[in-house]
Amino acid sequence: MKTSYREALRAALREALQDDPRVFLMGEDVGRYGGSYAVSKGFLEEFGPERIRDAPLSELGFVGAGIGAALGGMRPIVEVMTVNFSLLALDQIVNTASALRHMSGGQFSVPLVIRMASGAGRQLAAQHSHSLECWYAHIPGIKVLAPATVEDARGMLAPALADPDPVIIFEHAQLYNLEGESNHVAPVDISAARVRRTGSDVSLITYGGSLPKALQAAELLAGMGIDAEVVDLRVLRPLDSQSIVASVRKTHRAVVVDEGWRSGSLAAEVMARIVEQAFFDLDAPPARVCSEEVPMPYARHLEEAALPQAAKIVAAARAVMGK
Amino acid sequence: MIDFKLPSLGADMDEGTLLEWLVQPGDEVKRGQVVAIVDTSKTAVDVEIWQAGKVHELIVRPGEKIPVGSVLATLLEPGESVPPTRQAPVVQTIKTEARRRVSPAARKEAETLGVDISLLAGTGPDAAVTLEDVRRAATVKPPVQAPVVASTASAAIDRNAEMRKAIGAAMSRSKREIPHYYLSETIPLRQAGAWLAEQNARRPVTTRLLMAVLQLKAVALATRKFPEMNGFWQDGGFKPAPAAHLGVAIALRQGGLLAPAIHNVAEKTLDQLMSDLTDLVKRVRAGTLRSSEMSDPTLTVTNLGEQGVDAVFGVIYPPQVALVGFGKVRERPWTEAGEVHAIPLVVASLAADHRVSDGHRGALFLAEIHELLQHPERL
Amino acid sequence: MNASAVPYDKPFALRLLKDMLRIRRMEEEAAELYGAGKIRGFLHLYIGEEAVAVGALHALQPDDAIVATYREHGHALVRGVSMNAIMAEMFGKQEGCSRGRGGSMHLFDAATRFYGGNAIVGGGLPLAVGLALADQLSPEGISYGAQHRRRVTACFFGDGAVAEGAFHESMNLAALWRLPVLFCCENNLYAMGTSLARSESQTDLCAKAAAYKVETLKVDGMDVVAVHDATRIGIAHVRDKGGPFFIEFQTFRFRAHSMYDPELYRDKAEVEAWKQRGPLHSYSARLKAQGMLTEDEFLACDAEAQAEVDASIAYAEAGAWEPVEDLMRDVLTPVGGTTS
Repeated sequence: MKTSYREALRAALREALQDDPRVFLMGEDVGRYGGSYAVSKGFLEEFGPERIRDAPLSELGFVGAGIGAALGGMRPIVEVMTVNFSLLALDQIVNTASALRHMSGGQFSVPLVIRMASGAGRQLAAQHSHSLECWYAHIPGIKVLAPATVEDARGMLAPALADPDPVIIFEHAQLYNLEGESNHVAPVDISAARVRRTGSDVSLITYGGSLPKALQAAELLAGMGIDAEVVDLRVLRPLDSQSIVASVRKTHRAVVVDEGWRSGSLAAEVMARIVEQAFFDLDAPPARVCSEEVPMPYARHLEEAALPQAAKIVAAARAVMGK
Repeated sequence: MIDFKLPSLGADMDEGTLLEWLVQPGDEVKRGQVVAIVDTSKTAVDVEIWQAGKVHELIVRPGEKIPVGSVLATLLEPGESVPPTRQAPVVQTIKTEARRRVSPAARKEAETLGVDISLLAGTGPDAAVTLEDVRRAATVKPPVQAPVVASTASAAIDRNAEMRKAIGAAMSRSKREIPHYYLSETIPLRQAGAWLAEQNARRPVTTRLLMAVLQLKAVALATRKFPEMNGFWQDGGFKPAPAAHLGVAIALRQGGLLAPAIHNVAEKTLDQLMSDLTDLVKRVRAGTLRSSEMSDPTLTVTNLGEQGVDAVFGVIYPPQVALVGFGKVRERPWTEAGEVHAIPLVVASLAADHRVSDGHRGALFLAEIHELLQHPERL
Repeated sequence: MNASAVPYDKPFALRLLKDMLRIRRMEEEAAELYGAGKIRGFLHLYIGEEAVAVGALHALQPDDAIVATYREHGHALVRGVSMNAIMAEMFGKQEGCSRGRGGSMHLFDAATRFYGGNAIVGGGLPLAVGLALADQLSPEGISYGAQHRRRVTACFFGDGAVAEGAFHESMNLAALWRLPVLFCCENNLYAMGTSLARSESQTDLCAKAAAYKVETLKVDGMDVVAVHDATRIGIAHVRDKGGPFFIEFQTFRFRAHSMYDPELYRDKAEVEAWKQRGPLHSYSARLKAQGMLTEDEFLACDAEAQAEVDASIAYAEAGAWEPVEDLMRDVLTPVGGTTS
C-alpha cells in the first residue's frame, strides 16, 4: 500500500492510542491545531483532551512531566515541535530521563517516547534547521531512532513504546511528504541498521533525511560504473557497529553522510568505529559528507550549498574510489 | 622564483617517478637542458627544462612518484637572489624515504597472498596501492624482465603490464572520442627505389638511407598543404601545429611501442633525418628519451613494412588528429601507359579525425604524398 | 514560639522528636565520615532544617510519592528508607539504596515511592508534575478519585529553585491541569551563597505561586508542629479539591552549603540567631514544658538514635564494593527487567 511518511506516523500513533490506555500524546499544538506537521490532526476529537494534551510553551516542563508520568506508570509520547526547541528541555532529557535508571541503582526505568522534527532544507534559517541527533546519540541511557522510510515511520513507534527506557525519535522535516510502500503488519526492529541498496564498491552510510540523497547518489554512481551500497543506520544509539563493519568489510570503502556539522558529528563516530573495527579491510581513507560549519543561512542557494547533496556524495565516493 | 613542474609527456601520463636528478642546487641551467630522468608508465624519459636559471631547491627526491604538474624543483631566475626567509643557515640533508601509500586492506591481502608491495604501482587515491592492485599482481605471473631501461630504480616495476595499461588507456580514449575515418592508396616507388639504390651505392653502410626516411619527409611536406592533418584536438577545437614533428612508432623488443618525435621533419635533409631516426631508435631501446620527444609529436607515422603486412590502419594517438601508415614495399604488377611492369609498391593509409577533416581532404593528402614520392630527388 | 501546646498524643509527639534526632545524629556522623574520607563527593547536610522533612512527611500516606533534592538524607530516612541503606549509599557500597550508583545526592527507593535525590536545582519539579499527571490519568489514579482520596506527589525544593524556569513551568502546568502536587518550598534564605533578597525581585515566594492561581501557605519551618499542621492542610486540599498546593517552609541550614564553605555570604550573628530557634531543642523544650518528655526520655531517644547510626556505619563498613565487571549495568533496562 502506498502511503506517506506523515500518514504512516499518524497510523502508528493512532494504533498506539487505541491499543494501550496508558499511552497519551503531549506537546505544543498536538491537539486543537492538529500537530505542527499535521500528524495528529483529528486525534483530539477521537481521543479527547486528556490523551491528546496541548501543552503550553514549556519544553522543560512538559518533557519533565512526561518523564514523571512514565515513572508513574503511563506510556507518554511527548512531541517537541523541533529539535531546536528540545534544547530547552535538554536538562530533563540528559540529567533526568537518561540517568534515572542508573542513579537509582536500577529501581526506576523511564518508558518515555519523545518525538521531534529535525533537519534543514526548507529555508528556515539558523534556529529551525538543526540536525542535532548526535547530541542525543552521545548520551547513555536513552535510545535514538531516525526513521528514514515510510516503513520505519509506521513501524518504529510500537517497539519504542514497548521499550522500558527513554526513546527519542527524530523525524526529518523533509521526509513528511515522502511517499513509499508500507505493508505494515508487524513492528520493525529498533536495534539494527539496514542495507537499503546493495553494492560492492563503496558503502554510503547515512540516516534520516540524508538517506534519499544517498540513494540518489548511488544511482548516479551506478551510471559511472561505481556500485555503491547504501546503509541506513536507523538506530543512532546504540549504533549498530556490526552492520556498518560488515558493509565496509565487503566494499572496503566508506563515505559517511550526515546532515550534522562535521566536527564531533555522528559521522565522526561512525568513521571512528570503522577505523577501530575494520582498519585492515579499508582500501581507502573513509570520507565524510556533512553540513558545512555555518549556522544555517536563509537564502536558498546558500542553504543548499551548506547541506550534503547527492553531487557531494558522488564526488566523495569517486574520490575514495581514486577516480 | 621559478617552479619547475613535472610535464605531461603524453595523453596517457598522469604521474611519473623521479629516477635521477642530473643537476644539483646551485647549478646554472640553460633552456632545453635535460635536468632529470623521470619514469613514466612507458619508459624512462629525460626531462628538459624550458627556462634558464639557477637550481635553488630539489623538492622531489629520486624514487618519489608524483602527479603531473607537481613542482619538482625551484629555480632562481637570472639575477634573482635567494629569498632571505628560505636561506637556512645549514643545508639539511636528511634523507627521507617517501613512505609508500598502501591501503590497510591491500597490506593485509599482500601478506596473505605473498605479494611484494614494493613492486606494485598504486591506482588508488593518492596513488595508494589498493586491494585490487594486489589481487591483480597475485593473478598475473610476473613477466621475465628484460633490462628495458637503463634506470635501475625502476627495473622492478612490471613495465610490460604498465605499458599495456597506458597504451590501452590512450587507445581506448582515442576510440571513444575520435571519430576515425580510413583511406588507403597504393603508391608506386619505382623512381624512389631507383634513386635510393643509386644514393646508397655511393655511401658507406653507416650512412645509407632507408625508404622510411623518404616516407617521413614526404608526409611532413604534405602537411604544408594539408595543415588539418598536423596538430592537436584541444579544448573542443583543432589547433594546427606550426611545424611537423612526426611521431615515429617504434616497437620495443619486449613488446609495446613508443612514438617519440623527430622534430621539424619538413625542414631537415634526408641525411639529417636518417641520422635522427637511427639515434631515436637506439635511444628508445636504451630508455633515454627526452621529455620533449615524448610530448611533441604532431602527427604519427607507423611503418609495419618489416613485419610484412600490406597495409596498416592505425588508431590515432590523442590529442593528435591523424596517423599515416605504410605497409611492406613489394614488387608487384603495375600498369603504366598500357604496359604491365613489376615495380615496388607500397600501400599508404590514413586514419584521420572526422571532427577536423573529411575523406575528400584526406584523399588529397594521400595523393600529395603519392606525388611527392615520385620525385625523391626533391625531397 | 513555644506558646502553643503540642496537639498530638505522646507516641506521635515522640516519633517526631526521634526522627529529628535520627537525622541530626546521622548527619553529624556523616560529616565526620566525610572528613575521614569514608564519604566523598558532595555532602549537603540538612542540620537545622529537620523539622520540615519530619513534620511534612509524617502527613503523607504510604502510597503518596516524594520527589526531593540533593539535601535529602532526612527525607529519605523519615520516609522509611533504612539508615543502613542510606549510610551504605553514602559509602558507595552496593548495599546502598541506589547500589552505590547515586551517593548522597541520589537516594532512591521504589518501595516507598521515593523518587530521589535530584541534584539539578528545580529538576525535580517537572518530574513531580508528571507523576501527578500519571495519577490523574491512570486507572489507579481514577479509582482513588472515586474514593475521594487522590494520591499526592510531594515535591521538595529550595528557595533557589524559584529562580529557575522549571519552577514557573511546573507551577503553571500543575495549576492549569489541576494536578495533585504538594509543592514544598524549603526556604532557607540562601541559594548556596546568594541570599533570596539578592536573587529575587519578589521575595514573597507565596506570591509567585499565587500568580499561577495556586493556593499557598507560609509557615515556620523550625517548628515541627507548624510544619505538620500546614502540610496536613495542604494535603487535604490536594486530595479533596484536586489541583496543587504550595507551602513555604521558612527554615535555615546551620552548616555550610556543602561540606565546607567559608560562609562569606552570611553573618555569624544571623546563624546564631537561627540556632536559638533550633528545631530540636525548641521542640523538646515544648514537650518537656507540657510534661510529655523527661530529660531521661530525651537521652534515651538520643541514645537510640545514636545506636542506629553506629549500627548503620558498621553496616556500611561491612558492605561490599560492586564488582567493576558490573559497571555497565543499569544503563538500559535489561529485557524482562523492571519498569516502575
